[in-house]
Amino acid sequence: MSELKVSGLNKTFAAGGMFKAIGKAKRAVIDTSFDLAAGETLAIVGESGSGKSTTARLAMHLLAPDSGHVFWAGEDVTQMSGKALRQRRSHIQMVFQDPFASLNPRMKIWESVAEGLRVHRPDMTKQQRREKVAETLALCGLDASGMDRYPHQFSGGQRQRIGIARALIVEPKVLVLDEPVSALDVSVQAQILNLLKDIQQAKNLAYLFISHDLSVVRHIADRVSVMFAGQVVEQGSAADIFESCAHPYTRALLDARPITHPDERNRDNEVLIVGEGMSDSGCAYQPRCAFKQQACADFNGELNAAGCACLFPLNS
Amino acid sequence: MESAELISDSFVESSLQLRHNAAMLEISDLSLSVSIQGERVDAVSAVSLRLEPGRVLGLVGESGCGKSLTAQAILRLGEHQGVEKSSGDISLDGNSLFDMSDEQLRRVRGGHIAMIFQEPMTALNPVFTIGSQITEVIRLHLDMSAQQANQRAIDLLLDVGMQDAEQILKQYPDSLSGGMRQRVLIAMAMAADPDYIIADEPTTALDVSVQKRIVALLLDLQKKRNLGLLLVTHDFGLVAEMCDDVAVMYAGEIVESGTVAEIFDHPAHPYTRALMGCRPEVSTPGEALPVIAGQVPPPGRWPAGCHFAKRCPLSEDDCSQAVAADVWVKGEHIVRCLHVGDPS
Repeated sequence: MSELKVSGLNKTFAAGGMFKAIGKAKRAVIDTSFDLAAGETLAIVGESGSGKSTTARLAMHLLAPDSGHVFWAGEDVTQMSGKALRQRRSHIQMVFQDPFASLNPRMKIWESVAEGLRVHRPDMTKQQRREKVAETLALCGLDASGMDRYPHQFSGGQRQRIGIARALIVEPKVLVLDEPVSALDVSVQAQILNLLKDIQQAKNLAYLFISHDLSVVRHIADRVSVMFAGQVVEQGSAADIFESCAHPYTRALLDARPITHPDERNRDNEVLIVGEGMSDSGCAYQPRCAFKQQACADFNGELNAAGCACLFPLNS
Repeated sequence: MESAELISDSFVESSLQLRHNAAMLEISDLSLSVSIQGERVDAVSAVSLRLEPGRVLGLVGESGCGKSLTAQAILRLGEHQGVEKSSGDISLDGNSLFDMSDEQLRRVRGGHIAMIFQEPMTALNPVFTIGSQITEVIRLHLDMSAQQANQRAIDLLLDVGMQDAEQILKQYPDSLSGGMRQRVLIAMAMAADPDYIIADEPTTALDVSVQKRIVALLLDLQKKRNLGLLLVTHDFGLVAEMCDDVAVMYAGEIVESGTVAEIFDHPAHPYTRALMGCRPEVSTPGEALPVIAGQVPPPGRWPAGCHFAKRCPLSEDDCSQAVAADVWVKGEHIVRCLHVGDPS
């Protein structure tokens, strides 16, 4: 069954603040749909400003979409409000990028981790809450002896484990992971990626994994959606995306990955991004595309049957 | 020469010229201390590095290993934040940076050795135009009129691939993207024709497609101008892409150094091997990534002997004894480990 489904999501941010009069509204997410089942990892990749974090916040229903629907385990949350919505929030929880900014420095670790229980398990006594925290910290590879300490006494990797425990404590079915390892050192990143895999298997969780790092995505994702300028430009299984992608932007992103060995310097056949910016009409990727043709100026950006929004896909 | 302190700037300038044959930026046995809870503890321990014009040296390590402190010490930055040299020396073409007056240092900074920082968003002053910030550097180091400096700024921006240079000079930093700001910072670093560039994570804050172009630009300028480039990074991919030589740091020490081919083909130190092995780009999807058990010890809590011993799969009793920097040497390849055997 689908644990998280979004269909036809649109979100536009109005220009705000001092420059309201001269600013331009930004279409952050355009007609985005995907479906996520238990035990599965869907990665959303893209550059800064591509709309991937907005998509995550829409999926969490921290933002209301302008149009479109968000379903948690089949229930349309855009139709829910107030108390019903609050109670359903335990279904989907979020892990943030920066483990230094996402924990309150004045709260003991156990208080931070237990916060969700106050809303979702008001029946629990303090003792029961502490036991639940200890159990969840252990699941995340942390010793319960640290639960009365404060965040500054922990390293970045340990804090990210605390952040994961904090999301897991209300027993969600879906985790939204927004760049969960990009602030971490390589060796710590490996530990956290392994931990996420282990927890996913143990709890059959669905992961929505937001990342700009294609190497990490290749390691962890089952399926991948590539976003550009608010739109999904290609989606497919991780194997398809990494072995035989069709969209020029996906190809360029893959080719821009750092090499793994000095022998790979001066690779041939790289697809480069030629320009900057994005187009407001037709295919948004036109200004940067090495393969654009006249017809692209009228393309509406729809995904084809193979999951690629391009009139001239590379593998055809 | 006893009167070394009394020599004039112009003499140091000319002596830098005189020693041009032995051009080299050399860090020898440098230890740096920081203050932690009122106590001075070493954060960099007996680091030696050598950078020659025309070479790219990568200084690689995880956060807290001391790589940025080492790089900043080259320009004697960090001293205002309480970083002190506890031993060792840094010399530019044979002249110790620690013997130089403030005025001499000012000439070295930007003039002979320039720095490119990680954060293009914070390294530019938001209230001055790009033009005034670049010409400031030019006129500080080169004897030029405002008009000449302006022309040089335009040339520099063209050099770093910014086509509408004249327009950009009039703009403020906030109207430029991250990639464009990094280009401006690279242009500023080149402003006074330095011999050496120190680049501290120059692409980390940028999107991956922009990263690629900045790397190409840096390498292009480095070759054309025969620069010695010190690249400080956590990213082995960047090292593979850019460097001739590599030094790997762990907990304040250089644990391994050598040519880039040697380090990638025959990494010898257990830490280098572990660090290269846990990269997701070389993993098999679906399999657990290899990890390094435990955590990096912070300065002040380094174990006696090998700093990596407690996390090392190869450690034995003798690892608690002092381990020399050059226990294992094969040509350029130097490893600080008692138990590597023959890595090839």
